[in-house]
Amino acid sequence: MNIEQIVFYFLSAVVLVSALLVVAMKNLVRSIFLFFLTLFSMAGLFVFALADFVAITQVVVYVGGVLVLMIFAFLLSNRDILNNPDAVKINGKFLTAHHLPGLVVSFLFFTALMFAFSQFQVDELEWIAASEGNTLSPSDNTIELLGINIMTRYLLPFETISVLLMLALIGAAHLARKERKI
Amino acid sequence: MIPLSHFMLVSAALFCIGLYAVLSKRNAIMVLIGIEFMLNAAILNFVAFSRHDKFAASGQVFALFAIVLAAAAVAVALAIILNVYKYYKTIDPTEIDQLGD
Repeated sequence: MNIEQIVFYFLSAVVLVSALLVVAMKNLVRSIFLFFLTLFSMAGLFVFALADFVAITQVVVYVGGVLVLMIFAFLLSNRDILNNPDAVKINGKFLTAHHLPGLVVSFLFFTALMFAFSQFQVDELEWIAASEGNTLSPSDNTIELLGINIMTRYLLPFETISVLLMLALIGAAHLARKERKI
Repeated sequence: MIPLSHFMLVSAALFCIGLYAVLSKRNAIMVLIGIEFMLNAAILNFVAFSRHDKFAASGQVFALFAIVLAAAAVAVALAIILNVYKYYKTIDPTEIDQLGD
């Protein structure tokens, strides 16, 4: 086992354990801060998939944007919103009846996915086996490739998404206005 | 090189955790966090497969688009949640069962 594998499995363990803790935690603020840990180690996993630019974007957009937005939205508004309705209704019990369907469905879905993975060898797919000269190596400059691709092959989706981003910005600002009659 | 199947394993587990949060949480913010988990799991798969598509980089570009979309979705969803809280005084999705006035 070399150092790459050790770091990869450590990061995936951090991702899964912190994600489990996020959904198990009763306190919403603690959940949000653990969510930070999950997203940060996800960025580490992206580095191991040789996508350094996506990893940086993940840190900037998710950790710097989404998380700060979440925390600010609740710090600047009513503090009661942070009180978890779960914590009031159930006293101290970890699992109650309304958790059960979600647990069963997600576990069944996980088994279905595992079954699907066991049915085919993903590393021996046809197009992956044929991609010998098309595979990224750790010394490649992915940012150059991404920039060229975004400005040529994916120009239309890029422009569409920028328009959509502006629409979302205006929509969110409109929804969050102070004085309005619903 | 980490094999692709290990990336898929991590992403499948993360997706199911997100699914659980979406299905069973009684707090709209936790539902939002569950959606983010599911999106991140999908992005991890895109990025992992993109290693075998160097010159088109389709997976990485799509992952970037998905991150941008998720950020926009969070901004709008938080604005909606704050408005819902102002109106209903709760953010429990099971209790918000009226449309219109």
